[in-house]
Amino acid sequence: MAKTYFTSDHEWIRVEGGIATVGITDYAQEQLGDLVFVELPEAGRAVKKGDTAVVVESVKAASDVYVPVDGEIVEANTALSSEPALVNSAATGDGWLWKMKLSDESQLDGLLDEAGYNKLIG
Amino acid sequence: MSQDPHGTELRHLPLEDLHKAAGAKFGAFAGWSMPLTYPAGVMKEHLHTREQAGLFDISHMKLFEVSGPDAAALLERACPLAAGSLELSQSKYTFFLNEQAGIIDDLIVTRLGPNHHMVVANAGNATIDEVHLTVLAQDRSVTVSPLDRVFLAIQGPAAWDALSRGGIETGMLTFMHGIEPRSDWFMSRSGYTGEDGFEIGLPEADARELVAALLADDRVQWIGLAARDSLRLEAGLCLHGQDITPDIDPVSAGLMWAIPKDIRAAGAFIGADALRAKIAAGVAQKRVGLKPEGRQPVRAGALLFDADGTPAGTVTSGGFGPSAGHPVAMGYVTATLAKPGTRIFADVRGTKIPVDIAPLPFTPHRYRKG
Repeated sequence: MAKTYFTSDHEWIRVEGGIATVGITDYAQEQLGDLVFVELPEAGRAVKKGDTAVVVESVKAASDVYVPVDGEIVEANTALSSEPALVNSAATGDGWLWKMKLSDESQLDGLLDEAGYNKLIG
Repeated sequence: MSQDPHGTELRHLPLEDLHKAAGAKFGAFAGWSMPLTYPAGVMKEHLHTREQAGLFDISHMKLFEVSGPDAAALLERACPLAAGSLELSQSKYTFFLNEQAGIIDDLIVTRLGPNHHMVVANAGNATIDEVHLTVLAQDRSVTVSPLDRVFLAIQGPAAWDALSRGGIETGMLTFMHGIEPRSDWFMSRSGYTGEDGFEIGLPEADARELVAALLADDRVQWIGLAARDSLRLEAGLCLHGQDITPDIDPVSAGLMWAIPKDIRAAGAFIGADALRAKIAAGVAQKRVGLKPEGRQPVRAGALLFDADGTPAGTVTSGGFGPSAGHPVAMGYVTATLAKPGTRIFADVRGTKIPVDIAPLPFTPHRYRKG
């Protein structure tokens, strides 16, 4: 059964069977505006919490998306190469950014749940 | 109170309530809290301007009225401009130069009467410009008056028709001409998008009426500063503080078209000697258009390299061109590389992105010249 976590950096993390799918929240995509390019990570890369995994570029600016928990990238959403606007139209669905294998699931305990995140963005 | 990143208080547009009601997102620019985007978003706002008509609140920009028997003489000292030879209602793009021929600000000067000119200057330089003009005016018979106006731009193929239907007669006004159609109004056919359009300075009460009349037309929408920037970049137009600065001269910037030949040769403007020396000696770097390969934008500050990895210059403006459909940028490169088609490379977060020198503008200008 999948469980979804959030970070104060406006990411969502959906965890199922030790694999986390990561994206940015609808609030975040709205703040960024129309995305025109997403720089995706390589599969197989070992990453630590706080690393930059993805750079999302709007018409105006580039923004980093950070790794929320330690692990290894297993897949990037290559559909975004040709259609970066999926992040705008479906931030929590088809606009996911990458999937990763978690190295320490206990790190998830430090993240927000949906109610906590909604409170954060007010 | 909102503050800019330097902690100083931001100035607020007189029509801020209208932008809030329209759902604008605000951000700091040149000391002002400005509408950056509206709910449509930068991409749609940009395309709407090219297809129909965009309404911009540019009240952060400054209008100076320069009046008196020495008005033209003052402007001919401050700018490489034949101010006294302009026809009535003619507008010219020009600059204030420093003694090194660096660009203090870029401006549009319109001759409204024999001894009466309007100067439109950038928000970020308004204070410097006012001091500069006032100092030069001291031993001349001329008055420099900064005006307190709402300043609106309407840009795009439907701009003229929307203004006419909104009750504003633009008459015979063609591109780069300006008039005072009503008391305390200044209107010129000009803009910063590459499209046909108008800029109108007017009192706040009149501005509220005009905005209501224009927005009643389905073809007219508010457009934010973000789309203003992508529109001007596609149009190859410089942003002062980025593409031109007090350290960059008009020769390097490729803006010599704005300086008439006789003024280059014999004008007595500030910076004339330095400019003539640069014309004679040539410049080391030139401003060019840059077209990155692929979809990844190359932004201001990115360093440029030639095929051998030798430093070749810097990007000064860059982003995505919604009408062009690809990333667009401009910057300065070593003069020998400044030829369209030359391939160079931009360093973006450690990766070398191939970039071709491209002719400007990226989207053709559609000015109404006559």
